Amino acid sequence: MAAHPEPAPRIDVVAALKEAGLAALVALGLAIPLVGFQTVERIDGLGIDTRFGWVAVAVAAVFAGRLLLIFVQGSRHWGSRPKRRFVRLGENTKSHLRIVGMIGLAFGLAMPLLPFADRYYVDLGTTVLIYVMLGWGLNIVVGLAGLLDLGYVAFYAIGAYSFALFAIHFDVSFWAALPVAGILAAFLGVLLGFPVLRLRGDYLAIVTLGFGEIIRIILLNWYDFTGGPNGLSGIPRPSFFGLEFSRGEGGFAATFGLDYSPMHRLIFLYYVILVLALITNLFTLRIRRLPVGRAWEALREDEIACRALGINPTITKLSAFAIGAMFGGFAGAFFATRQGFISPESFTFLESALILAVVVLGGMGSQTGVVIAALFLVLLPEFARELAQFRMLLFGGAMVLIMIWRPRGLLAHREPTVRLSDGPPAAEQSA
Amino acid sequence: MRGAGGMEYFLQQLINGLTLGAIYGLIAIGYTMVYGIIGMINFAHGEIFMIGAFVSLISFLVLGTIGLTWIPLALLIVLITAMLFTSIYGWAIERIAYRPLRGSFRLAPLISAIGMSIFLQNYVQILQGARVKPLQPVITGGFVVADSGDFTVVLSYLQIIIMATTLALMIGFWAVITRTPFGRSQRACQQDRLMAGLVGINVDRTISLTFVTGAALAAVAGLLVTLYYGVIDFFIGFLAGLKAFTAAVLGGIGSLPGAMLGGLLIGLIEAFWAAYFDSEYKDVAAFSILVLVLIFKPTGLLGRPEVEKV
Repeated sequence: MAAHPEPAPRIDVVAALKEAGLAALVALGLAIPLVGFQTVERIDGLGIDTRFGWVAVAVAAVFAGRLLLIFVQGSRHWGSRPKRRFVRLGENTKSHLRIVGMIGLAFGLAMPLLPFADRYYVDLGTTVLIYVMLGWGLNIVVGLAGLLDLGYVAFYAIGAYSFALFAIHFDVSFWAALPVAGILAAFLGVLLGFPVLRLRGDYLAIVTLGFGEIIRIILLNWYDFTGGPNGLSGIPRPSFFGLEFSRGEGGFAATFGLDYSPMHRLIFLYYVILVLALITNLFTLRIRRLPVGRAWEALREDEIACRALGINPTITKLSAFAIGAMFGGFAGAFFATRQGFISPESFTFLESALILAVVVLGGMGSQTGVVIAALFLVLLPEFARELAQFRMLLFGGAMVLIMIWRPRGLLAHREPTVRLSDGPPAAEQSA
Repeated sequence: MRGAGGMEYFLQQLINGLTLGAIYGLIAIGYTMVYGIIGMINFAHGEIFMIGAFVSLISFLVLGTIGLTWIPLALLIVLITAMLFTSIYGWAIERIAYRPLRGSFRLAPLISAIGMSIFLQNYVQILQGARVKPLQPVITGGFVVADSGDFTVVLSYLQIIIMATTLALMIGFWAVITRTPFGRSQRACQQDRLMAGLVGINVDRTISLTFVTGAALAAVAGLLVTLYYGVIDFFIGFLAGLKAFTAAVLGGIGSLPGAMLGGLLIGLIEAFWAAYFDSEYKDVAAFSILVLVLIFKPTGLLGRPEVEKV
C-alpha cells in the first residue's frame, strides 16, 4: 500500500461529537454515585456530602478526551502504520539497550561511593535493588515461562521468615541461611505448582493469589511460631565475613583501621543486594540459552506445539516456577536481615501486585525493562510525596493502558534467544 | 456461642452458611458467565461487587437524607439504583480494559483485569476514604426456629430476604438465559463465538450484555452484604471475589447451576469451619478447597471437560 498516496484523513465531525457525547454520558453514569456523593462521618453516624462540581469536571474531561482520541487516531491511520513503527522502535531500543545496561551497571556499582550518596540515597538504592531482584526473579516465571504468578510475595515471605526463624532460634548466620531460605521457597513452589501447573494458565493465577493469602493468614495467626501480627524482631544483621559492623574492638571499622560509621553497614547491604540481583540476572541470561530456558520460551508461545515436540509442559513449567520462587526466597532473606524486623504486613497482595507491575510495565522478558520499571515505581512516590496516595491508582491504570498499547510491555523481549544459523541474522542477546 | 454442640447449633450454622452461600453464588455467576463466553477470569469482578455495595450504601444515605423511610420502597429503590449504576461500571470496564485486548496474547487480558482491579480499589478508596463504613441496621428481627433452652436458633428476616432475593434472581436469570433472544445469543457465543458471529449474532453486544448482567447480580450481592454485615470498606471485593471464584471453579466454571451450587457449598464450608474449628483459618479452608478441587476434579462438580483444539 506504500505506493499509493496516503488519503487525507477524513473525520466525520458529527459522528465524532456523537461518540464523545456517548462517552460523556457513560462517564456521567459512572461519576454520579461515587464521585457525586461522599460519605462523611458525623457524630450521629454516617452522613453524606455532594460534590457535583467534580462530576461536571469529570464528564467534561471525558468528552474532551474522547474527541481528542478520535482526532489523533483519525489523523494517524491506525492499523496500517503503527505496526511498522513498533518494529522499528524495537530495533532501535535493542542496540541501545546494551549501552544503557552497561551505564546502569557502572552507576549501580559506583553509586554508594559518589559524593551525593548519603544515608538516604544508599537506603533508597537498596530498596530499588530489592525490587529489581524480585522483578528479575518473577520475570523468569512471567516473562520467560509465561505463567502468571500473583502470589510471588508468598515466596518472598517464606524466605524472610525462614531466615529470621533460623537466625533467632539456631543462631545461623545470614550466609548459611540464605541457601536454605531459597531452597525452602523453591520447595513450596514445587508443592504448590505440581497440582496446578497441569491445568490452564488462568487457574495458576488465581491459585497463586489464594496461596499468597493463605501464607499471610498463617503468618498472622500462628502466634507461637511467627509472632502473629507483632512479627519477629531482633533478626541479626549480616556480618562482613564474620566481622560485625559495630563500634569498638573486633568490628569491621576497627579491623580495617577505619573510623566507625553506620554508613559501612548500609553500603555493605547495598552491595550484597546488588550482587544477589546480578546473580539473578546472570542466571536468567545464561539459562535462557540452555534447553530448559528455550523450552520455557517455547511453552510461552505455544503449548500444544511444545507437547507435540516432546517437551513435558508440567515439568518444564515447574522448573521455572520453582526457580522463580527460589530467587524470591533469597530476596526475602535479604529483606529480613536488612530490616531486622518482619511482620505479615510487609507481605500483602499489594506487594505481589507491585512486583508484577515491575515486570509488566518494564516489558515481560526484558531484564533492562525491569530495572527501569523498578526505578520508576520506587522513586516516583519518593520524589512526589503528594502523589503517594495516587500511587496504586496510577499503577493500576498504567497496567491497563500498557496492556492495550503494547501488550508485551514497554521493552518486550519477544525475539527467541536462540535461532537456527541459516535463518535470519542471529538475535542479539538483549540484556 | 462457641462450644455449644447439638442439633440447634448445627441448624444455626446451616442457616448462616446458606445465607453466605447465596451471596457468593450471586457473585460467582458473573465469573462463570464471563469465563464461559470469552474464556478469561474477570479479576475486577470482586471490585464490581464492592462498587455495588458502595452504591447501595450511598443510596441508603441519600434516601435517609431526603426522608424516605418506608423500608420496602427504600429497599426497592436502592436495589434498582445499585443494579443500574453498577451495570454501567461493568459495561465500561469491558469496553475500556478487555475489548481492545480480545485476540491479544493469553496473559494480556488477565493482567489488564488485575490492573483494573487495583485501579478500582484505589479509586473508591480515594473518593470515599479508607475507613470502614457502617450502616445502621435496616431490617431487624427474626423467627425463633428452635429453642433448646441454652441455645436459640434464629432465622432473621434479613436472612429470609437474602435467600428469597437470591432464589428469585436465579429463577429470573435462568429464564433469561433459556428463553430470551439475549439468552440464546449468549449460549451461542459460549459455544462458538466465530460461528455465532457468522450467523448474524452481534457478538460484541452479547459480550457487553454478559458483563452488564454479571455486574447487576454482583450489585445485588453488594446490597445484601451491606445489609447483612452493616459495614463495608474498599477492600471487601478482594476476598469476596476470590471466594466467589473458588465457588465458580468448584461448581464447574462455565456452568450456571454450578456457580450457585459452588457458592452454597463454599458458604456452608466457611460457616461450619468457623463454627467447629477455627474462625481465623476459615479463609484458608476455602482456598485449600480450591486447590483440592483443581487436583482431583479440575472440571468442577457440574462442569464439562475442556478440550483444547489446534
